[in-house]
Amino acid sequence: MRFWLASVTLVFMALFLTACSNPPKPEPVGDKPAEIIDGSAASGAATVEIPEASTQGLAPEPGFQGDPLNDPSSPLATRVIYFAYDSNSIEPQYFDVLAAHANYLASHPGMMARLEGHADERGSPEYNIALGERRAKAVEQSLSLQGANPGQFDLVSYGEERPAVEGHDESAWSANRRVEIIY
Amino acid sequence: MLDSLHSPKSPIRSGIVPAVGLFGLVCLFVVSATARAELTIEITGGAQGALPIAIVPFELRGGGNLPEDVAAIVSADLHRSGRFKVSPRDQLAETPQGGAEVDFSAWRAAGAENLVVGWVETMAQGQYAVQFRLFDVFKGEQLAGYSIPATARGMRRAAHQISDIVYKRLTGQDGAFTSRIAYITKHKVNGETRFALTVADADGWNPKDVVKSREPLMSPAWSPDGSQLAYVSFEGKKPAIYIQEVITGQRRRVPTFSGINGAPAWSPDGRQLALTLSKDGSPDIYVYDLASGDFRRVTDHYAIDTEPVWTADGQNLLFTSDRGGQPQIYQVSASGGRASRVTFEGSYNARARVSPDGRQIALVHQERGKFYIALQDLDNGRMILLSEGGLDESPSFAPNGSMVLYATASRGQGVLAAVSVDGRVHQRLAIQKGDVREPAWSPSL
Repeated sequence: MRFWLASVTLVFMALFLTACSNPPKPEPVGDKPAEIIDGSAASGAATVEIPEASTQGLAPEPGFQGDPLNDPSSPLATRVIYFAYDSNSIEPQYFDVLAAHANYLASHPGMMARLEGHADERGSPEYNIALGERRAKAVEQSLSLQGANPGQFDLVSYGEERPAVEGHDESAWSANRRVEIIY
Repeated sequence: MLDSLHSPKSPIRSGIVPAVGLFGLVCLFVVSATARAELTIEITGGAQGALPIAIVPFELRGGGNLPEDVAAIVSADLHRSGRFKVSPRDQLAETPQGGAEVDFSAWRAAGAENLVVGWVETMAQGQYAVQFRLFDVFKGEQLAGYSIPATARGMRRAAHQISDIVYKRLTGQDGAFTSRIAYITKHKVNGETRFALTVADADGWNPKDVVKSREPLMSPAWSPDGSQLAYVSFEGKKPAIYIQEVITGQRRRVPTFSGINGAPAWSPDGRQLALTLSKDGSPDIYVYDLASGDFRRVTDHYAIDTEPVWTADGQNLLFTSDRGGQPQIYQVSASGGRASRVTFEGSYNARARVSPDGRQIALVHQERGKFYIALQDLDNGRMILLSEGGLDESPSFAPNGSMVLYATASRGQGVLAAVSVDGRVHQRLAIQKGDVREPAWSPSL
C-alpha cells in the first residue's frame, strides 16, 4: 500500500515535472476562415469553403498576476531537486528550474532561500548528513553562478533524518535523495 | 531445544522440541512487553558450549510478594549474554531458599554445573536486602555470596548486580548488565514526527525520554564516566551539539557554526569532544576543549571528513572520509597532521567505534548493496562481518566488549540488534511503537 502510494506520488511528480519543464503553449489563434467539413465528406465529397463566414478565437487569458513564486505553471513551482544514488550532480531536467530560481533570486535581492539537503536512509547517519550538505551546496552553487547572491541562502542538511517518503525500497530512496528549496 | 521463558510476572512455560539448527542450539528467549519494558528482546542464535546454570526463584522472607522476580531478571540477563544455558524454572531439581538447604547430589543428577539461590529480607519500610549465593555444584562449594540493599524501585538494578557478579565469577569478564543504553526513537503523533532521546537499562527496561523534540535528534554519545550525554539536536531547524547531565537533565550547548555541527565523540579522559564542522567549506574534524571552549582543527580536506572517534590512548582519531572517492576509515593524530588510511576492504566503510580494549573497531561495511556491521582488528587489519546484513548501522560496543549493539530494519521498522563479538549470539530488540535508531551503550556504571 505504501509502495503503491509512493509509486503514484512519483508518477504524479514526474508528470508534474514534465509539465513544468514544457509549459503548455497556447495554440496560435488567427482569423483564417475555418474549414468546414461537410456531412457528405464521408461519402467522398470535397470540403466547401464558405468565404463570407469568419471565425474568432478567444483571446489568451491574461497571465498570472501575482508573485511568480505562486504561479503554479512557472518553473519556480518546482521546489524539489532529486539526485541519483551517491551523487550530488544536478540532472539536466532541473536546469530550467534552477535558472528560474536564480533569476527570481537575482531580481528579488531581499528574498532568502533555505536549501535543505537530504539523503536516503542507507549507510551511516552522520555520513549522510555530509552527503545531504553536499547536495544543498551543489544547488547553492548552481543558483549563485546564475546570478543569485550567495548571501541569499541558508543551508541545512537533514541527512536521512527527514525522509519525504517512508519506506525501505528504491522508490522511497529515490524520493528522499533531494534538495528542497524553501522561500 | 527451545526454551521459552516469559516475563518475570507471568508463569514460566517451557517445552522441548527437536533441534533443527545445523550449528547446535538455537534458543529463543522472549521477555514479553509490559508497561515498563518498551523493548522486546529476542535471542535468535545461541552459542555452543554455553555454561549450564540453575537459578532458583527468590522469595520474600516472612511472606508477601516480591516487588520484582529477581531470579527471572538474573536468568534473562545470563541467557541474553549467550554464555549461559539457564535451566527452565519448572525443571529445577529443588527450590532451596538458602545455602544450607541445597542438596548438591540432586543438582548433580540434574546436570546443573552452577546454582544460584537467594531470598529477599525486609529491612525497614520500603527497604530490602537481596541475598544470593552462587555455588559450584560439583564441588559443593560457594563461589560468591552477597547481600545487596535495594528499594522496591531499585530491585531490578540489584538483580542486574547479581548478574554482573555471577558473570564475572564464572567467565572472568566484567558483566555489562548494570549499564544502560541510549537510543533515538521516532514515531508519529497525528501525522507529525516526534523524536526522542531515550535512556534505558541494558535489558531495555525502564526507558525514559531524556530529550523530546519535533525536530531530529542524532548521535548520542556517553561521556566516559557515564554522567553526561552529548547529542545533536535540530531544534530551531539548525543542528547544534548539546551536552546533557543524565541525572538532572540540565544541558548546555556547544558553540555552533554555520553548516554541520555533528558527530560528537568524547575523548577517553572526558575533557574534549571531537566533532564535525563544515563552517570552512567541507566537513572537517575539530576538537573542542570543554574547559577552555577552544576549537582546534584536526583535518583540512575538501572531501567529507566526519564521524570521529578517539583511539583508546586518546592520542589519535579515527574518522570517515571519502577523500579517496568512497568512504573509508582514516586515522590522524589528535593534534592534526597527515591522515593514514585504515580500512581497505570494500567500497564503503564508515562510522568506526573502538572496542574497550582498544584493539578492534566495529564499523559499517557495505558489500553487494547490503550494509553490515563488521569488526576489524587494528593490528593485522583483518575484517570479519558480524551482522546478517541489510540496513545495519551505528555499531556500539558493550562496556565489557562482549557484544556490539547496532541499528537495523526489520519488517519496515527501525529496530536495535546486538551480536556477540564472536558472531555467534544474535539478539533483536524491538520497540513497541515507531522506529528506534542510533544506539549508544554506556560505559560501566
